[in-house]
Amino acid sequence: MRQTVPPSRIEDAPELAEVGRDGWLRMYELMAKIRAFEEQVNELYLSGKMPGLAHLYIGQEAVAVGVCQALRPDDYITSTHRGHGHCLAKGASVDRMFAELLGKAPGYCRGKGGSMHIADPDSGNLGANAIVGGSTGIATGAALSAKMRGTDQVAVCFFGEGALGQGILYEVMNMAALWKLPVIYVCENNQYTEYTPYREVLAGDILARPRAFGIPSEEVDGQDVRVVYIAARRAVDRARRGEGPSFLLCNTYRYLGHHVGDIDRSYYRSKQEEQVWRSERDPLKILAGWLVERKLADAQTLEEIDRRVREEVAAGVQFALEAPYPDLSEVDQHVYA
Amino acid sequence: MSTPKTGTPPAVERGTREITMAQAIREALAEEMRRDPRVFIIGEDVAEAGTPFKVLSGLVEEFGRERVIDAPISEAGFTGIAIGAAMTGMRPVVDIMFGDFITLAMDQIANQAAKVHYMSGGKLKVPLVIRTTLGATRRSAAQHSQSLHAWVSHIPGLKVVLPSTPYDAKGLLKTAIRDDNPVVFFEDKMMYQLKGEVPEEEYTIPFGVADVKREGEDITIVATSSMVQVALAAAELLARDGIRAEVIDPRTIVPLDKQTILASVKKTGRALVVDEGYQRFGTTAEIAAIIADEAFYDLDAPVKRIGAMDVPVPFSPVLEDLTVPTPERVAEVARQLCGRG
Repeated sequence: MRQTVPPSRIEDAPELAEVGRDGWLRMYELMAKIRAFEEQVNELYLSGKMPGLAHLYIGQEAVAVGVCQALRPDDYITSTHRGHGHCLAKGASVDRMFAELLGKAPGYCRGKGGSMHIADPDSGNLGANAIVGGSTGIATGAALSAKMRGTDQVAVCFFGEGALGQGILYEVMNMAALWKLPVIYVCENNQYTEYTPYREVLAGDILARPRAFGIPSEEVDGQDVRVVYIAARRAVDRARRGEGPSFLLCNTYRYLGHHVGDIDRSYYRSKQEEQVWRSERDPLKILAGWLVERKLADAQTLEEIDRRVREEVAAGVQFALEAPYPDLSEVDQHVYA
Repeated sequence: MSTPKTGTPPAVERGTREITMAQAIREALAEEMRRDPRVFIIGEDVAEAGTPFKVLSGLVEEFGRERVIDAPISEAGFTGIAIGAAMTGMRPVVDIMFGDFITLAMDQIANQAAKVHYMSGGKLKVPLVIRTTLGATRRSAAQHSQSLHAWVSHIPGLKVVLPSTPYDAKGLLKTAIRDDNPVVFFEDKMMYQLKGEVPEEEYTIPFGVADVKREGEDITIVATSSMVQVALAAAELLARDGIRAEVIDPRTIVPLDKQTILASVKKTGRALVVDEGYQRFGTTAEIAAIIADEAFYDLDAPVKRIGAMDVPVPFSPVLEDLTVPTPERVAEVARQLCGRG
């Protein structure tokens, strides 16, 4: 795996020092929260309490957290079908997330969107999107809007490597480059396009694609939140200065299936491969190890955070289970504004 | 600001003048862009070129390239960009040169723009106008001649506008730009040079209000867009035979003014629906079904409909002319309905 910010140079990055102990602990907490949230979602599915399916983000937490920590609350994101991590990292709360997943009235979309469509404009989240590549135009348009309105907001477009197969991505990257729009394209390569190893369906060099439009592009270790944060921070700063779009390729790994029901994965990957990523490339372990080594936190502090997020998740899911369903009269509300 | 009910402008103090449909559309855009700095135009060849139909000529000179944005030939991309801009405080007007090309942007129109408000539980809005064209007989063959408004009318969350006069086009486009929903606005490319009376004074026309383009007692002809002129010509032919046809122009098919259509049918007892979209599963089918459902006991004859022939639009003029409804054919079917065939 290539990295343009090698570990030896991470320590020298000025952005790293600016984060500070509290900043790193916040990132650890957010990653732990996403992990605990997704484990609970899986449990809801396995116990038959959740309608439909969900696409879990476990294993990819460092990407959402590293990128969103480089953003302001008024910056925009668009997300994907595998979007819970992005929503939480941008500031959504677990109770209303769970409520949406269960189709309940206090959910972020009053139960009308569900797992794949969580939108929270208050935290700058313009919506998860169940069409692969479907939100690339929206993110780019939010960046155009920010520029036209004369703000210094930026927009982040999260998408998986599967979206590299969609033409609209190249259409909007062309326009973003032409018009120097403040948008960051964050490609999360979790190695599998649904049930297919990505190399079976992707030719050539990924970074050559944005580079063909003249977009500054970087490949980073998506399991190391420090590296993701530094790269995102630089891209965001460039965008805010009016220097146009960037493309970040984050190499990562989806620990579980394409969705919660994808349990037997042996026909497309081995258990051993999954085990290697879990034991050697886990984003929580990598950050925890570094925090302890640098004496920024001790094991007790991290355990305390783990306990806190588990309590938050437990309370959140309880809230959602007890919450009412939307009134039936809402079915034809919000078709038109 | 007046919102008169009829498609011919009322006699207002400041008077009217005769302008083309293209001028009326340009005026609506210019007025709204002056009124609201959030309104901008994006599409192919919209700036200096003013589109191949010259509808937008002069706008870039007044509003600059920042607000009249020439995009690459990327219908999905710039439609998506407009949706994102609309969700974050702007009011874009997208120009899709030929209606046939909305197919390239269909995910953005049908899965994104139409659904964002609903899927977000009402929190996000998409105040977006997509201007595009319809209409055959320009000798442009199968990929530049279709009338695909039925496609978008099928999708909840979109509004669909079909103006048939310069007066309607201007008033409806201003309403479309002020609407908080995605609106698809179809212009008949053969009617851009059609002239009509348009007031000097500012006005808007509400959606969902049909216009009685001609009053009559014997048969109701519901006609849209390009077919309104055809229906009016047919009504002239019918008048020679002593048949008084009423011509109803819905002006917007989503929302649809069912009341005006049904009231007319209840008066005449006969209905013929004419539209330039393909007849199969088309706009005519929807309107005919509404009439059959809701005015059945007032009908003296079955509801009839005429759409475009269900073939790809052919190039050869002798073939192309067979595919679209003509005044003669509309009059012939109307006569049959009136027992005079």
